[in-house]
Amino acid sequence: MNLDALFDIDTTLNLLELGFVRNALLAGAILGLVSGVLGPLVVARNMSFAVHGTAELAFTGAAAALLLGWSVGTGALLGAVVAALILGLLGQRGSERDSVIGAVLAFGLGLGVLLLSLYPGRASSKFSLLVGQIVGVSSTGIALLSVSALAVILVFALLYRPLLFASVDPGVAVARGVPVRLLTPVFAVLVGIATALAVQIVGALLVLSLMVTPGAAASRVTANPALAALLAVLFAEVAVLGGIVLSLAPGVPISSFVTAISFLIYLVCRFVGGARHRRLVASG
Amino acid sequence: MTHDDRPPALRLRSARLAYGDRVLWDGLDLDVMPGEFVAVLGPNGSGKTSLLRVLLGLQPLSGGEVEIAGAAVRRGSRRIGYIPQQRAVDSTVTVRGTDLVGLGLDGHRWGLGLRGRSDRRRRVRAAVEAVNATGYASRPLGLLSGGEQQRLRVAQALVGSPDVLLCDEPLLSLDLASQRMVSELIAESARGRDAAVVFVTHEINPVLPVVDRVLYLVDGRFRIGPPDEVMTSEVLSELYRTPVRVLRLGDRIMVMAESGHRVDLGGGLETEQPHHVSDETEGRQP
Repeated sequence: MNLDALFDIDTTLNLLELGFVRNALLAGAILGLVSGVLGPLVVARNMSFAVHGTAELAFTGAAAALLLGWSVGTGALLGAVVAALILGLLGQRGSERDSVIGAVLAFGLGLGVLLLSLYPGRASSKFSLLVGQIVGVSSTGIALLSVSALAVILVFALLYRPLLFASVDPGVAVARGVPVRLLTPVFAVLVGIATALAVQIVGALLVLSLMVTPGAAASRVTANPALAALLAVLFAEVAVLGGIVLSLAPGVPISSFVTAISFLIYLVCRFVGGARHRRLVASG
Repeated sequence: MTHDDRPPALRLRSARLAYGDRVLWDGLDLDVMPGEFVAVLGPNGSGKTSLLRVLLGLQPLSGGEVEIAGAAVRRGSRRIGYIPQQRAVDSTVTVRGTDLVGLGLDGHRWGLGLRGRSDRRRRVRAAVEAVNATGYASRPLGLLSGGEQQRLRVAQALVGSPDVLLCDEPLLSLDLASQRMVSELIAESARGRDAAVVFVTHEINPVLPVVDRVLYLVDGRFRIGPPDEVMTSEVLSELYRTPVRVLRLGDRIMVMAESGHRVDLGGGLETEQPHHVSDETEGRQP
């Protein structure tokens, strides 16, 4: 890539005028909101690998949709929800979860590769499912994205307190009558939907940079659950919107920038969190 | 404590719990009065934790009746506070002491809980003050010591003003000083609110100064009574069906199997050593 292009502000500003770029930014903003809100609990529930597995199956769904001529967004959504249900129901026990995800992920990815090889279309659309793309979020895509995101946020808000209880204090939550076992697959589906949305923007391989990294970063600097969600949203928005804008002029996949910004934020938070940790331990 | 006209906080009548052919206990009658402290002792697998699950409404009885504050038990009852054993909390879990206490108040409710937040904050603050945890309640839970966490657990269990406090080995993995502090805190807080305490433990000594009665369960047999009546060589030998010696050493009780017999005395260890002594060595750790 041409480094000069990265700082070509005129080109960037011109591109920002374009409809498809606006769509991408809107999609990114919605995605940042959803992934940030879910992030801290994804981290608290040790679901990084589950998110990765779900993303691979969203890829399988998207590949199937490509082959069948459906919309990629719908395919990704179906794949992710099926994956989330499988993982949420089969992997209730912590010890088993890891291997269940590994088995399902590998099979799903293999199936996706087969489906893509059968697809006669352009190779670039295949590649973009894995590493993301900037174009291709159509107005109907935005509509699906918005409705899905709204649904995820509404259900999350409704379940918020029992979900937080079950995530940070499962033993007492069970004793208090919280349906902990039921909430696991429900939350997995919420995460699955968010993951499917993310696959369309940053690609299946890099979903973690939005679903996990901002939440993990926020968890390093605060133990306040509400503040953690707020910070995770902020971090995710900076990463995804910043990534899109920076990728415009050089014309490279946005995921490289999204992941880089996200990781940078994470490093800073680790540093700040380490200092905070030492201070708290010293004063205690 | 038992001469009381009030209805019991907890009542078991001919209670039976069996998994298939295996009977954990049968014919269990127990009334626990408001303000009373009952310790539940016995080896692993004797149904101590299952008894708590029954009282929490998570496990139906195989026979008989169980009531909490005059009503049939049900899952998620507001009449019950629950204190678990202390566990290590991951530092990536975003939760502070105050959040933990707050979840004890309304964590079972749907929604974000934006309404009534000032009332919630006031009740959480009062509960935290009542266990003298104000100094560290807003710190990340993962950075607190076991004893500090258990103090907050007491606040979490009491913030909803329950009639019955169910404690599942809350002293496990605490050092000896914290064990004494936490058991006294539980007993004092419960008595101050007239709440009954059912305290499952494998170790009677830390709770001995505050216990009113003991329920000792062994292989489907059980005995209920004041510690002086239950914790004797005669009674425990009968329960374990093997010679067991109970020694009083100052204000401590030591239970040990006679040599040559292997008895699980409740610490989860098949041992000929009196497990209480091994606990004492744990207590010497810094």
